[in-house]
Amino acid sequence: MRQLSPWQELPLMEEDMSQSAVAELPLQPVQSRRFLKPETQTAMLFLLPSFLGFMIFMALPILASLGLSFTNWQLISTPSFVGFQNYIKLFTVDPAFYTILRNTLFFAVEYLALNIAVSLTLAVWISSLKRGKAIFRVIFFLPTFTPTIAASVVWLLIFTPDGLADAVIRALGLGLPNFLLNPTWAMQAIILVTLWANVGYNVVMFNAALDLVPKHYLEAATIDGANAWQQFWRIRLPLISPTVFFATVMTAITSLQVFDEIFAMTRGGPGSATATLGFAIYQKGFTNFQMGYASALAWVMFVMIMALTILQFHMQRKWVHYDD
Amino acid sequence: MTTDLTSRHPHSVSADRQRILRRVGTFMSYAGISLVALLFLFPFFWMVSNAVRSNAEVMAVPVRILPEEYQWGTFVDAFVSLPFGTFLLNSIIVACGVTAIVVAVSCLSAYAFARLRFPGREGLLLTYLSTLMIPQVMLVIPLFLLVSKLGWINTYHGMILPVAFSSFGTFLLRQFILGIPKDLDEAAMMDGASRLRILVTVIVPLAMPAIGLLSLFTFIAQWKSFLWPLIATSGVEKATLPLGLTLFQTQQGTSWNYIMAGATISMVPGVILAIVMQRIIYKGISVGSGFGGR
Repeated sequence: MRQLSPWQELPLMEEDMSQSAVAELPLQPVQSRRFLKPETQTAMLFLLPSFLGFMIFMALPILASLGLSFTNWQLISTPSFVGFQNYIKLFTVDPAFYTILRNTLFFAVEYLALNIAVSLTLAVWISSLKRGKAIFRVIFFLPTFTPTIAASVVWLLIFTPDGLADAVIRALGLGLPNFLLNPTWAMQAIILVTLWANVGYNVVMFNAALDLVPKHYLEAATIDGANAWQQFWRIRLPLISPTVFFATVMTAITSLQVFDEIFAMTRGGPGSATATLGFAIYQKGFTNFQMGYASALAWVMFVMIMALTILQFHMQRKWVHYDD
Repeated sequence: MTTDLTSRHPHSVSADRQRILRRVGTFMSYAGISLVALLFLFPFFWMVSNAVRSNAEVMAVPVRILPEEYQWGTFVDAFVSLPFGTFLLNSIIVACGVTAIVVAVSCLSAYAFARLRFPGREGLLLTYLSTLMIPQVMLVIPLFLLVSKLGWINTYHGMILPVAFSSFGTFLLRQFILGIPKDLDEAAMMDGASRLRILVTVIVPLAMPAIGLLSLFTFIAQWKSFLWPLIATSGVEKATLPLGLTLFQTQQGTSWNYIMAGATISMVPGVILAIVMQRIIYKGISVGSGFGGR
């Protein structure tokens, strides 16, 4: 779901729209109102399956979710309209909400920063190799092809009390507690596992982008006496910045939704140390059956994703370099 | 300054020194990345290493890296004592079902968006695209209500249909079809071929790289999928592999060795696809990231 960037397409299409609207209006024959053109009929037939699916499994649920968030439906009772009560309760009454929000943002910020830093480092490292690039790409891509739950249960075993992680910590004399039993360290364990499981996407994507950087740019820089560090910051990073931007937006969107790792490893615990929005929505909806309240939480998540995406698009002018 | 001078005398002492330094650097680079790669692979090793021990040995307190006694039979036992066979079959049915629908539906809609002119085309495409930002958990509650109203809980179609209509496929294939010369369609149209025939005989074969990529990504996403199967099923009858792994994790006296065997089985298709399709993935991503600007 991550290797395409719809964003660059949008301004183009808006132009197309206005152009085609202007161009087509005077040419439109009057009869076409009564009988659809054959091409339009074909298009409607071709679009029918996807349109039906879109309406039933996407548009309808989105509207239903919005509607539900204004009710107090608990699955057994009949739902009644409560206005903004769920949202008001979230921000003023529910003591857990700010913990959940803080956990979600903490996870997203640390995970995003580590993911981009680690994947860029690995991608630059791999692209500097003359041979064996394919092998390393496959190795770092492997966890992303593994069911997250399978990855999570393996790490659960690693972090089990007196398990491998504890043995390593003891052998190195680090004096750290068991990660999953400790409120401060549990989130770090979740971040580590999520990073391991997903960093491959960005490694492969950055690697592909780096390989497209024209060789003569780097050769010219070498002749001018630029060292490897300068070459990276001044030439390669600006040239791959559109890809880095796309990866950052997609990674941020997915990180706000983290669920599988938390469900499998901590169920939000210890206490509520790893309870994030994604987990809270599931818990409120499918454990406590507070469908209205959970839907309001889901809309909070959607607004966060929207806000973050808009913020990133706003900031891209400062650092993303388009070569045109 | 000195480097400029020595590079003109390749046989000078400092040129030899530079060559040696460069070789050492290359060696260190390979050694470093190999070490990182080994650390990265370690959880997989740990998974297999614990899948072939007895459960008592998994839990034994001085942790042993290699099993004391190899019990390869765990893989067979897992299938016999827990319904891993059912999980595997369910995973295959759901992942293949979703992939088939996504590819068929996306081919049709992508062709319409790329080649056919109809009123409201750009607006509809924009509407489709805007849904890519909707978080999955937001849809999960209403989809659960819809599916349970229809009586589709614990059915394959209940697991497959709600997740088989992503606009991502439509967009991916549309972008690819836009790159295929229109002359080919027009030539086929001259010969009197219908639009459907053009799609099947001209466009689909040419769009195979993109269709392959879409199939691969859809299959893997479904194979990994956890949240929707968790909600659309109850009990073990229709559980997929990821679900099966957690169903047995919560039981009294967790059989870690069986779970590790199940986790190993669940990653086999991913490993095969990652290796076999490495080139396709890589090419597809470099094409895809090209949309990101350059």
